[in-house]
Amino acid sequence: PLPAWWGLLRGLLLAALAAGSCQGNSVERKIYIPLNKTAPCVRLLNATHQIGCQSSISGDTGVIHVVEKEEDLNWVLADGPHPPYMILLDGNLFNRRVMLQLKGTSRVSGLAVAIAKPSPPQGFSPGLKCPNDGFGVYSKDYGPQFAHCNNTVWNPLGSGLSYEDFDFPIFLLEDANETQVIKQCYQDHNVPRDGSGPEYPLCAMQLFSHMHAVTSTVTCMRRSSLQSTFSINPEVIDLLSQYSIPLSACAFLTPPVHALQIDSHSFFWNIAPGAESAVSSFVTHLAAAEALHKASDVHLLQRNIMFTFFQGETFDYIGSSRMVYDMEKDKFPLRLDNIHSFVEMNQVALRNASVLWMHTDPVSRLNKSVEVQVRILLDILSNSSVGANVTLQEAGYSQPLPPSSFQRFLRARHIPGVVLTDHRTAFQNRYYQSMYDTPENIQMQYPEGLSPEETLEYVTDTAKSLAEVATVVARALYRLAGGANNTSAIQADPKTVSRMLYGFLIKMNNSWFQSIIKPDIKGILGDVPQHYVAVSSPVNTTYLVQYVLANLTGTVVNLTKEECLNPEKTPSSEKELYEYAWVQGSLEPNSTARVPYCVRSTVRLSKALSPAFELRQWGSTEYSTWTESRWKEIRARIFLVASKELEIITLVVGIAILIFSLLTTYFINAKADVLFSIPRDPGAVAY
Amino acid sequence: MTLAVFFGCTFIAFGPALGLFVFTIARDPLRIIILIAGAFFWLVSLLLSSLIWFIAVKASDPRDEPLQKGLLIFGVMFSVLLQEAFRFLYYKLLRKAIEGLVALSEDGCSPISIQQMAYVAGVGFGLMSGAFSMINLLADTLGPGTVGIHGDSQLYFLTSAFMTMVLIFLHTFWGILFFHGCEHRRWWEITAVVVMHLAVSGSTFCNPLYVGSLVPSYLLMATAAAWAYLLSGGSAQNLWRFLLCLRSGPSPQPGS
Repeated sequence: PLPAWWGLLRGLLLAALAAGSCQGNSVERKIYIPLNKTAPCVRLLNATHQIGCQSSISGDTGVIHVVEKEEDLNWVLADGPHPPYMILLDGNLFNRRVMLQLKGTSRVSGLAVAIAKPSPPQGFSPGLKCPNDGFGVYSKDYGPQFAHCNNTVWNPLGSGLSYEDFDFPIFLLEDANETQVIKQCYQDHNVPRDGSGPEYPLCAMQLFSHMHAVTSTVTCMRRSSLQSTFSINPEVIDLLSQYSIPLSACAFLTPPVHALQIDSHSFFWNIAPGAESAVSSFVTHLAAAEALHKASDVHLLQRNIMFTFFQGETFDYIGSSRMVYDMEKDKFPLRLDNIHSFVEMNQVALRNASVLWMHTDPVSRLNKSVEVQVRILLDILSNSSVGANVTLQEAGYSQPLPPSSFQRFLRARHIPGVVLTDHRTAFQNRYYQSMYDTPENIQMQYPEGLSPEETLEYVTDTAKSLAEVATVVARALYRLAGGANNTSAIQADPKTVSRMLYGFLIKMNNSWFQSIIKPDIKGILGDVPQHYVAVSSPVNTTYLVQYVLANLTGTVVNLTKEECLNPEKTPSSEKELYEYAWVQGSLEPNSTARVPYCVRSTVRLSKALSPAFELRQWGSTEYSTWTESRWKEIRARIFLVASKELEIITLVVGIAILIFSLLTTYFINAKADVLFSIPRDPGAVAY
Repeated sequence: MTLAVFFGCTFIAFGPALGLFVFTIARDPLRIIILIAGAFFWLVSLLLSSLIWFIAVKASDPRDEPLQKGLLIFGVMFSVLLQEAFRFLYYKLLRKAIEGLVALSEDGCSPISIQQMAYVAGVGFGLMSGAFSMINLLADTLGPGTVGIHGDSQLYFLTSAFMTMVLIFLHTFWGILFFHGCEHRRWWEITAVVVMHLAVSGSTFCNPLYVGSLVPSYLLMATAAAWAYLLSGGSAQNLWRFLLCLRSGPSPQPGS
């Protein structure tokens, strides 16, 4: 019970301090309802085309129409009396046929897609049927029978929607509550009653997603360089780039390279859960690295093992093409001819009857020496699966390699290599590169009522299955590197796999991730993880994979914070070989303070900017030329629009009042002495 | 709601004031100065009253709806009283100014009378009051949306424009009445102005029942107009003569 004047004093202080703060325009709040949880479709460009969506510079407005079944489209395309329309599309109708119909008409000013819950049962993939076609190893000069998916269509459900160019904005509505608000507004105002059309005021939506870049990367870079030469405007595009993380150790003799991709994409910007397409494989990869690290004689192996994570593989292999380029130009510590073998993991979570398929390149195996090495590789892998709940089978000579980073390495040199997947021909993943590639897609299920900590520690069946794959891979890598001992001790830990799956797919901001990152970047732990490659680098996923890898394969060293942050001052630190990171550490029990420590690891980041940009070949067909357009603002809002008649009436009334008042005032002023008769005292001036 | 509504509402709200300004104030620099100073006085009164209200709101519990509504009513009433107080202060200032002008003039009489000052001061108060009522609404009329998605009336902009117009007129007439009351020590005239002002401001709490606020305000404006006209030397006879003159065509009379 504080005295009353305390409230007044506090109010006074607050008023003084908050004088500058704006509460938001209250009239604006009467008019607009902003839609906050949306994701736009942005424009991406490559050497020859632009894809994605664009709105006009001051946003696109349209009367809302809810389309829940195909018949509703007729209102938009033909019958509706108030074009253009802004469509609220049910997620199940978001397919190629409907979209191409909408693309062809001028009566549509924009689209908002409500995410379908549950995911469409027939599958949904806006990616291409033949991902990264033309940038892999198969072309008319190399394995023409396999080029352009002649032999196997990898993604038969792919509609190619992500690669279409739309001239209206398309947004994804992630929050079901907001979708309901829009539908309610539509029900209240826009539904035709008694046969006649709906009457004003009508419920409308406005979408802002103006993209600055046009046509293609070539045009865009040319314009950007002109503009930056004359310093007129900032650049209009951003190069898609990222950091790849190679893990290297000591002197490189002939290391096998273990690699895979860590990024994903969907139709919408920064919505890329990528559960099956990316996360499952890199989590398994990390678990294999941990399992190997724990083996007792891993330091004595004949060859070194390099674990690599590539970013940007979704966009024509940005990461792997850059690494190959660096290797060829001797900018990378490793050279291509030093690579003994290559093992890659792609999409391993949806195994059918516990079978894991081994894909090889039939064209390079025509060469005898390569065939021998590949044979050895396949045998080692098969032997490593004895005793585990994983059956390894060969995909066979008739099958080419699926889209994988290994294809870029093969383009440069015929390295013996294997790509492990859960599919033999077409992908098992029915939501490849879409917003539905979520934890549910890889059957990650948690029991109800667990707290976040308990969920973090809970081991799902998916985690156990991925851990088995990781065990097999780790044992195979051990043998490949020349290890001779019994491999039964090498086991991947399902607990680690589960924790990683939880962190990368459900909640990034968990206690384990918090304890392994540096204190100054703890802001990257947002809530819902997305794995889009983006342009500001490094992206959250890259940082996290780096720190997880450092935690799993590095050692804790007894250095102080000063020594850890400046390792060159310590004599025995071997700064060239190791990276030192001062990480937050976990929370002390019953306290909010953390116990930080120093981790020494061999994890490094390597920039994954496509070689096309180094060489300034914007129109390259050899390297990826994907760029993302820049934009100023992206937002969406709904409101009511009034009829044109009311607006014109307002204007006419205003003009009438203006003219009338001007005339009246003129006449009153002219006749003032008639109207106002003041007794004439000297000096008084009449009106 | 696009440009049509923007211009329509601007003309409705500020059209008459523009007419008054162009024909009666713009030519005389002294009147312009009095106009702007009057506007400034109104602005200061608003600043002070809004500061009080802001402190009161911040010191109270924002979730208590009746309390907030009560504070708003209190704020409005306090603002009305403060505006009239500042009108009185301005009157005092102008009185002093007349003495100064008389001293400066060549023939010993002021180039502008207190009645004219009253009128111009009223227009100044009205213009600034109208500006503060209307400008941020006008900014929102430029967007594509209109008021209504939360259930408010669609006529929000139109009625606000009409309300602003009537308020500008009212301030003009109140200026005349108030200064006349101060000049001739007729306190009941001053009281009447304050009461009228409170009534008009209070009637706006009837919104969105616009009949409850616009109709009384226009009636009060008509009353104040007639009263101010009579106090300024007009009469029914003059009015009749004016209309007759108009009907028989405007005879060449010099303007003021």
